[in-house]
Amino acid sequence: MDIASKLLLNPEVTRQVLVDFLRREIKRFGFQKAVLGLSGGVDSSLACVLAAKALGAENVLALFLPYRTSVPESAAHARQVVQLMGVSTQEISITSMVDPYLEQYPQMGNVRRGNVMARTRMIVLYDQSVQWNGLVVGTSNKTELLLGYGTLFGDMASAVNPLGDLFKTQVRQMARAVGVPEAIVQKAPSADLWLGQTDEGELGFTYAEVDKLLYLLVDERYTPQEAIAAGFEGRFVAAVVRRVRTSQFKRMPPIIAKVSRRDVGHDFLYPRDWDT
Amino acid sequence: MVRSRALTSTPKGSLEGDHPRALTIGLAQISPVLGNDSANLQIHLDRIDQAQKQGVQLLCFPELSLTGYVLKDLVPDVAMAAAESSPAMAKLLAASQSMDLVFGFVEEDQRHRYYIAAAYLSQGRMVHVHRKVYLPTYGMFEEGRYWASGDRFRAFDTPFGRLGILICEDFWHISSPYTLWLDGADVLLLMSASPGRGLSPDAALGSSRSVELINQIYATFLTNFVLHCNRVGFEDGLNFWGGSTVFGPDGKLIAQAPYFDEALLVATLDWGALRRVRIQLPLLRDERPGLLHQELRRLLNEP
Repeated sequence: MDIASKLLLNPEVTRQVLVDFLRREIKRFGFQKAVLGLSGGVDSSLACVLAAKALGAENVLALFLPYRTSVPESAAHARQVVQLMGVSTQEISITSMVDPYLEQYPQMGNVRRGNVMARTRMIVLYDQSVQWNGLVVGTSNKTELLLGYGTLFGDMASAVNPLGDLFKTQVRQMARAVGVPEAIVQKAPSADLWLGQTDEGELGFTYAEVDKLLYLLVDERYTPQEAIAAGFEGRFVAAVVRRVRTSQFKRMPPIIAKVSRRDVGHDFLYPRDWDT
Repeated sequence: MVRSRALTSTPKGSLEGDHPRALTIGLAQISPVLGNDSANLQIHLDRIDQAQKQGVQLLCFPELSLTGYVLKDLVPDVAMAAAESSPAMAKLLAASQSMDLVFGFVEEDQRHRYYIAAAYLSQGRMVHVHRKVYLPTYGMFEEGRYWASGDRFRAFDTPFGRLGILICEDFWHISSPYTLWLDGADVLLLMSASPGRGLSPDAALGSSRSVELINQIYATFLTNFVLHCNRVGFEDGLNFWGGSTVFGPDGKLIAQAPYFDEALLVATLDWGALRRVRIQLPLLRDERPGLLHQELRRLLNEP
C-alpha cells in the first residue's frame, strides 16, 4: 500500500481554501490585518505567504523574534520570505526579556528554557497585535499538534491557524507550491531553542515516517495492530500512540469541574464565530 | 398488487398542456451570517431581486440559509414557527409573489421541538414544509444533539409540477429520493450546508466529488431533474464548498456553480427532456414498488 500517496494534495484547491479561511475568519471579527511569528522555518513561511494572499501584503506583520542563540541562517531565511511577499516586518529580540528570568535559575534544562522562550514570543506577538490591530495567525501543523510537539500557550497560541490540518509533509508540498524558497523547505526542521536542536532528533523519528503512520491511525482510524500489519514497526507505533494520547491535554481547553447544571466547560455550547 | 400513485394517477399540473415547457431555476449559493436571521433575511431578499432580473421562476437557497449551520445552543434563539405569524416567513411569503422560493430555517413546533426545515413558498402561500429526517451525529456532526428528526418524505404539487425536497444527510440514504420519486416527484431539490473535506491530487475536495456522484446517480436512476444548492463561507473553521449543480434526467450535468464563491446559478429545465429520456429508459414504468413492499414487510416482520 502506497501510504505516501494518500498525503498528496492539490495545492491549488488547498491554497484557495486556506486563503479564503484566513480572509473570512479574520474579517468577520472586524479585523483587516494579521500578525505572525516568522522564524525562517517552513511552517511560518507558508503561513506568511497565505496571510499575504488573504489580506494583502501591507496588512501582514511578520515578526522575527530571535534569541541570542538563534542560528544566523534563520534570519536570512526570514528575510527572504519577507522580500518574496512584501509584508511588513520587524525584528524584536527576546533576549533581554528572557535572560533576566533564566539567570535566576542557572540549573534550568533546555526544555524549560525553550518553553520560556516560546511563551515570551507569544507575549510579544499578542502585544504587538494590539498595536498593529490584527489577529495572531498560528503556524502549528497537524503533526506537531497530534504529537504534542509544541509549547502550550507558547507557539500553540493563536487566533486562527491555517496549517493545523496539514501534516508536515503536506506543509512542505504547499510551501513548495506557493514559492517558498527550496532551502527553507528542505532544511531540517528545528524549533531553534538550543544549539543543534532538530525536531526529528528530539522526536526520534522522521516526519516522513510519522506522517504516514498518523494518517493511518488518525485519518483512517487504523488500530495499532492494523498499522503494524501495514508495515510499521511495533515499537514505533506504540511510541506514537502513546505520544498522541498523552498530549491530548494540549489540544483542549483546561478542564472545569462541573457543579452547576450548565457550565462553560461542558454544556455552554456556542460557535466561536457567533453572530459573524 | 399495490400500485403507487405515481404509476397510475396523473398529478395536478403535470399534463404537457397545463404548464410551461421550460422552467428557469436559480440556486442561490450564499454565505449566511451565523446566528443572525435578520441579516440573512436581507441576503435572501437581495438574491430574490437579483434572480428576478434574470427571469428566475423558482429560487432555491441552501440548508439553514436563514440561520447558518454551526448553531449549537443558538438553535432555540433563531427558531421560528412554520407559519405566517413569523415575521421572516411573512416577508418571504410576500416575496414569493414574484417567484417560487425554497429556503432553509430552524422550525420550532408547537411542543418546542426544533427541526432543520425547508419551506416551499408560492404566490403568497406556504405550499410545503420538509423537516430533515436524517440527522448526522457522528465525527464532526452533532445534529442529533440539537434537533428533532422529521418523520416523512412527501412530494408536493407546484405550478411547475410535482417536486420533492431533501436536506443534506437525507439524500445520503437512497430510500429518501426513492420515496419522493414513487410519490410523483420529477424534480428533486436538494439543499445542503456541506462542509468541504478530503485532500487529494484531485482538483476538488473529496466531499465535493462524493456529493456530485450522488446527485448524478439519482438523476440517472430516477430519470429525474436533480438540483443541489449548497452554501459557501466558513463557520468555526469549517469551509462550505458550494459547487451547486443541476443534473438532467439523462444523468448529465446541466450547470454547476463555482466552488467556494458566492454565486447565483441560473439554468433552464426543459420538461421535454423528461419525456425523451423516459421513452428510451422507462425505469419508472418498470419499477415494482409492490415487490419492495412485499420484501420490506417480510424483513420488518422477521424476528
